[in-house]
Amino acid sequence: MKASRLAGVLLATTVLGTAASAQETTLTIESWRNDDLTIWQDKIIPAFEASHPGIKVVFAPTAPAQYNSALNAKLEAGTAGDLITCRPFDGSLQMFQKGYLADLTDMEVLNNFGDVAKSGWSTDDGSATYCIPMASVIHGFIYNKDAFDEMGLSEPKTTDEFYAMLDKIKEDGNYIPMAMGTADEWEAATMGYANIGSKHWKGEEGRKAVIAGKMKLTEDGWVTAYEELSRWGPYLGDGFEAQSYPDSQNLFTLGRAAIYPAGSWEISGFNAQADFKMGAFPPPVLPGGDCYISDHVDIAMGMNPASPNADAARTFLEWVGSPEFAGLYSNALPGFFSLSNADITLEDPLAQTMVDWRKSCNSTIRPFSQILARGTPNLNTEYWVTSANVIRGTMTPEEAAQHMQDALDSWYTPPAQ
Amino acid sequence: MTTETRPKRRWQILVFLAPAVLVYTALMILPLFGTLKLALYENVNEQQVFVGFKNFATLFGDPNWSEAFWRGLKNNTWFFIIHMLVQNPIGVAIAAMLSVPALRFKAFYRTAIFIPTIMSFVIVGFAWKLILSPLWGIAPGLLDAVGLKHLFQPWLGKEEYALTTIALISVWQYVGIPMMLIYAALLSIPDEVLEAGEIDGITGMKAFWKIKLPLILPSIGIISILTFVGNFNAFDLVYTIEGAMAAPNFSTEVMGTLMFRTFFGHQTQPGDPNMGSAIAMMMFLVILAGVTIYLFFIQTRMRRYQF
Repeated sequence: MKASRLAGVLLATTVLGTAASAQETTLTIESWRNDDLTIWQDKIIPAFEASHPGIKVVFAPTAPAQYNSALNAKLEAGTAGDLITCRPFDGSLQMFQKGYLADLTDMEVLNNFGDVAKSGWSTDDGSATYCIPMASVIHGFIYNKDAFDEMGLSEPKTTDEFYAMLDKIKEDGNYIPMAMGTADEWEAATMGYANIGSKHWKGEEGRKAVIAGKMKLTEDGWVTAYEELSRWGPYLGDGFEAQSYPDSQNLFTLGRAAIYPAGSWEISGFNAQADFKMGAFPPPVLPGGDCYISDHVDIAMGMNPASPNADAARTFLEWVGSPEFAGLYSNALPGFFSLSNADITLEDPLAQTMVDWRKSCNSTIRPFSQILARGTPNLNTEYWVTSANVIRGTMTPEEAAQHMQDALDSWYTPPAQ
Repeated sequence: MTTETRPKRRWQILVFLAPAVLVYTALMILPLFGTLKLALYENVNEQQVFVGFKNFATLFGDPNWSEAFWRGLKNNTWFFIIHMLVQNPIGVAIAAMLSVPALRFKAFYRTAIFIPTIMSFVIVGFAWKLILSPLWGIAPGLLDAVGLKHLFQPWLGKEEYALTTIALISVWQYVGIPMMLIYAALLSIPDEVLEAGEIDGITGMKAFWKIKLPLILPSIGIISILTFVGNFNAFDLVYTIEGAMAAPNFSTEVMGTLMFRTFFGHQTQPGDPNMGSAIAMMMFLVILAGVTIYLFFIQTRMRRYQF
C-alpha cells in the first residue's frame, strides 16, 4: 500500500516534470554570489524573462569558499548547471582546458568589451575567450562621513595625511580608526596588501615585471608595501586577531569604526545596513607619487558545454553581454562595475565616486592572480597568510617578501628574455 | 579416522556474517583500497598515470609539503595530549563524583554534562567563536566583571593559543563520553568488593585509588584509544572555527585540514585528489600504528578481574 502510493507520487512528478520542460527551458546559474540571490531573483532574471518568453532562469549559488571545489566536483559528475559564473584567470582557464567551459570566441557581444576586460577569461595568447565579462571590483576606503564631520576630518590625499588622520581618530577615542581583522586572512591580503600596495609596485608595471622575471618580490615596491601594511595593527580594533570579515562589516555599519578598507562589492550591503552618510577615498598616494587603484576583473559568465539547453544558454549570454544588462547589473549591484564599453550612469553616489577613480588613477588587477597563482605553493593564497602575519606583527616585511619570493622560485621560471 | 571426528560444516556462520562483511567491504574496505590506488597515481594531461610512491616521496621530500605535514602531525599530537591530560581525567573525576551514593540530582548533572556531546560541532564551533569574540563575546565582559580583563586575549586569533583553545572547546564538548563510560564501569563494580575493602579499613579516596581505579583501567584504555582515533582524525571543529586555511598562520593546521585543502582545493588553489589521497593514507597509517601498539602492547598486558 505504502509502496504503491510512493510509486504513484514518483510517477506523477516525472510526468509533470516532462510536461513542464516541453513548454519552456529552465537554465540554472552556478554562482558564488549568494549575497546577490534576491537581486537576481527580483531584478535581473525578471527583466530577462520578460523579453525572452519560454526561458526560465534559476540562480543557484554556493558558499564562496567552496564554490570552485564544489563546482569542479559537479562538473566531473555531470550535475552542474547550464550557466557557470566564472572566477577570473586560472580557475576558469583550467576549466576551459578540461572542456568544462564552452568556447565563446565567436559570440558577437564580445566586441562590447576591451582587451583588459577579456584578459581574465581568455587563453594566455588571447586566441580563445570562454566567458562573457560581467564586472570588476575596485578597492579603496569607505568612511563614515558623519564621524568625519564630527571630528573635523577630510579625505586624505597622501599617506602622510592618512596616517596623521588615523592617529587623530585614535586619540579622539570615540571610534575605532579602521575596521579590519586578520581572522579571515584574505581580508588582510585583498583589502590590505592589494589595496594599498599597487602604488608601491606601480600597478601593472611592477606586476608584469615580476611575471617577466625582471623584478623580484624582495625588491623595493613589494617590501615597502608590506612595510606600510605593518603600520596598520595599532589602528585596528582590540582583538583584531580574532575579528572575522562579518565582524568588520558589522563594526563599520554599527558606526563603531570610522574607516573601512573596502572592496566596492560592499556598497549595496552597507547602503542597507548603515544609517549614517558614507563617502569613499582611493588609496592615498605616496608623497609625489601617482594614484593607483586595484580594479580587479572579478566576475564573468560562461556556458557548460554539457548543457542540454545550449541554445537558450547562448541566448542568455548574448543578453549578459548587452548594454541593457551592463546598466541593469551595475545599478542593481552598486560596486560591481560593468566591464562593458557601453556608457552607463550609476544612480548610487558612492558607486559613482568609486568608478570615477578610473579617470584619475591607474588601474591594475590584484598582483598574484594572473599566472603567478599557477603552481604549488599558490602565491595567491600565500599572500593571504603573509599579509595577515605582517599586520599581526608575527612576520617582518622583509621576511614576508622573502617568503613570497621563495614560494615563487620553488616552481616558477620566467619566460626566456 | 579424522573425517569422523570433524564437526559438521556450520553454514549458518557464513550466512549470518555475510551482511556485515558485505556492507563493511563495500563501504570501508573498497574505498580504503581506492584511496591507496589514487595515492599511487598522478594526473598528467588529464590522464591518471601510475607513478608508484612518487606522491609519498613528494610529501616527505619537498619542504613545501613535508613542513605542512609534520606541522599537522605535531598539532594532532598536541590535540591528543590536551585531551588525554584534560578531558579524560576530568571525565573520570566527574564519573567518580557521580557514583558517590550520597549525591543528589545525579540524573540532572549526568544529562547536562552529556548534552554537548550530542550537539553538532558546527553549533559548538560558532557558539564558542561568539563567546570568545573580542567584539561581541561574553568572555571579555565576564573577565571584566571579576576584574581580570587584562587576562583576556583574542585566543582564537593568536598563533600561540589558537590550537589549545580549540582543543579545550573540543574537551568541553566531548567530556561526557569518558564520563559515561567510566560511570558505567564504576557502577558495575560489585558492592561486596568495596565492603570487603571497608572491613580491611580501605575507605574514601583510598578506596578509589586502590580498588576502583584498577578495576576501571580497561575502560580507561578503551577511552584512550577512542580519543586517539578521534583526535588524529580531527578536522570538523578546526574547520568551523578557523576555516580551511587553519588560521592564524596555519597554527591550527591538523592533518585533516591539510588533506581537505589538498584533496578538494581551496579558493584559487585547485584540488589534487592524488596528493590528497597520499595524505589520507598517511593519516590512516598513523592511526593504524597507534591502534596496533595499543592492542598488542598495552591491552594484552592489562589485568582483568572477573567477579
